Amino acid sequence: MKKAIVSIAFGLTACLVATGASAQATLNSVKQKGYLTCGSNTGLAGFGVPDAQGTWTGLDVEFCRAMSAAIFDDPTKVRFIPLAAKDRFTALQSGEVDVLSRNSTATMSRDTQLGLDFPAINYFDGQGFMVRKKLGVSSAKELNGASICTQQGTTTELNLADYFRANNMKYEVVAFATSDETFKAYDAGRCDAFTTDASGLYSERLRASAPDDHIVLPEIISKEPLGPAVRHGDNQWGDIVRWTHYAMLNAEEFGVTKANVEQMKGSDNPEIKRLLGTEGKYGEAIGLTNDWALRIIKQVGNYGESFERNVGEGSKLKIKRGQNALWTKGGLQYGIPIR
Amino acid sequence: MQTTVSQTSPPEKSILYDPKVRGAFYQVLLVLIVGYLFYMAASNAVENLQRAKIASGFGFLNNTAGFDISQTLISFSAAGSTYGDAFIVGLLNTLLVSAIGIVLATFLGFTVGIARLSKNWMVAKVAMVYVELLRNIPLLLQLLFWYIAVLGPLPQPRDSIGMGAGFFLNSRGLFMPRPLYASDAWVMGAALVIGIVGTIIFRTWAKKQQESTGRQYPLGLVTIGLVLGLPILAWLALAVVGANPISFEMPQKGTFNLRGGMQILPEFVALLVGLVTYTAAFIAEVVRAGILAVSKGQTEAAGSLGLRPGQTLRLVVVPQAMRVIIPPLTSQYLNLTKNSSLAVAIGYPDLVQVFMGTVLNQTGQAIEVVVITMGVYLTISLVTSFVMNIYNRRVAIVER
Repeated sequence: MKKAIVSIAFGLTACLVATGASAQATLNSVKQKGYLTCGSNTGLAGFGVPDAQGTWTGLDVEFCRAMSAAIFDDPTKVRFIPLAAKDRFTALQSGEVDVLSRNSTATMSRDTQLGLDFPAINYFDGQGFMVRKKLGVSSAKELNGASICTQQGTTTELNLADYFRANNMKYEVVAFATSDETFKAYDAGRCDAFTTDASGLYSERLRASAPDDHIVLPEIISKEPLGPAVRHGDNQWGDIVRWTHYAMLNAEEFGVTKANVEQMKGSDNPEIKRLLGTEGKYGEAIGLTNDWALRIIKQVGNYGESFERNVGEGSKLKIKRGQNALWTKGGLQYGIPIR
Repeated sequence: MQTTVSQTSPPEKSILYDPKVRGAFYQVLLVLIVGYLFYMAASNAVENLQRAKIASGFGFLNNTAGFDISQTLISFSAAGSTYGDAFIVGLLNTLLVSAIGIVLATFLGFTVGIARLSKNWMVAKVAMVYVELLRNIPLLLQLLFWYIAVLGPLPQPRDSIGMGAGFFLNSRGLFMPRPLYASDAWVMGAALVIGIVGTIIFRTWAKKQQESTGRQYPLGLVTIGLVLGLPILAWLALAVVGANPISFEMPQKGTFNLRGGMQILPEFVALLVGLVTYTAAFIAEVVRAGILAVSKGQTEAAGSLGLRPGQTLRLVVVPQAMRVIIPPLTSQYLNLTKNSSLAVAIGYPDLVQVFMGTVLNQTGQAIEVVVITMGVYLTISLVTSFVMNIYNRRVAIVER
């Protein structure tokens, strides 16, 4: 890990030294390369994990596939680079990845000090705790004096400190570099509790030696808006990320699915016409073709489909839509109109 | 007849062909090119950091850290401490494990090295197996072995292994009583200082006596008596008057873990044991080489003077072997210090784990953090080398 970060740091230096004015050129360089490099999780079921055949799957992974579909009309032109939490932003800054779609929390300091932009939020999350059932703990407020395993370089690490301080409780933090090491240490009994984003808790629990021995405590102690990140300064590229997400949301809202998208092309609804590019030149305005959204929906699906398939009822995780339901159904996901 | 003696002075050599001038020219040129490259790299990096809106500079060291660390030698809290404090915590943790590691590895290494040369077949073979096994397995694997396979299966806190006298062992580490010093404990401290000073004086005196008369004194016994005995006497004396200078805070069972007392983290133990056993294998070989470099005649000469084998080793062989041992031993010390950065794999909060891990990620200032960290390891290594070189000069052969 040390080596990785040193090499990334050198890469960063080399890149900063070598590249001149390339701020606007991510789309061009991606088109030239013929593929998109996407920073993904090293392995988080439902969000970014390679399956038995080595194909990357997950909600965050499909976001990159959707971008690839929009740019190349082919969802497979993505190379995934698995990144540990503490290496991810450096990898994005240095240009090692074109987009970071890796359940990363958008915060002000990351936006303003790390030279990043978070154009969209594709999963509204919050931090929670998991403990062993046999401890008999039913609330995070009872964790006074506990040892807690967490991953380094995350907002989780900071929220944890805030929460225990605010509630005047003591704890012992045991921080590890990767999510894998962190969960293994918890599973082996090094810690009483394991903390990460609630989605991550359900996902990691599947990896426990005995998943049923663990419970997730009800408290959510923070806001974790997770979304794809890009380098600050390339607005065109940021627009592509933003509108990829909104296209998928709008598609869900108007009932356009992977299955019916070709039929929907004939729809009279002007919103659907603009979405699918049969009216207006919205795709060209972001440097793509006008059927960009059609390509995404045809090859990946709308947001709801991607959600259900990866983390919802169609997956092992069985996470409810909750805050991630469309705004029309009481959630926070709200697609900005295409017009 | 006139003969013209043409006074041919040696032809004026062009300055271009003067090897000295040429040499100087190329060296200056090289320095300029290297300097220019560094300058370009630095100014480009600064410019690009600004363009990418990435914060730069060292001001972040004064920002509030906001995270906690499991082992801190100075007081550290998420709210009240800065990234600069986190740096110091990481640095001290690195120095702690390195310093203890160097001392223990030296003892273990010398023991194993000497054991390899033992005439006892069993002892020699055990030492050989130790060396070959430990130095041929990558250190990272050994650390993971100690952490996951040896310390991992220890029982949960509720089933702690009691080892008597307030010592407990569980998967959260080793717990022991914490001494609490009352106000009159200074008497014992004073007794300890007197004991140490007394020992030094006695040793100097005994050495002079031996040089002039040949008489030997039981140095070891006297040292133990003075350093340990005096404070114990002081404690007894205080106890007789009814004072209680030292009490112990015992670890108690808490909701999750033992509370109170002192705790040694399993991460620390795994790292220390891994580093010590690994480095000791190399030191053992260095020591063996050093001893074999002392000619056999020296041992025989010592024997003919009537020295016992133990004395021969201690007074004749090892001092001469030290000349060969010190330089490679220094390298091993440096290796141990640098290898301590593998702590990152097992969650021990050393400099690399805290500073290059959490701080780098929370601040995003990769260049500054990496430069500082490299500077620290360079400084530690150079200081270690410097000290060892001074020692080496003292033990080196004095040419007469």
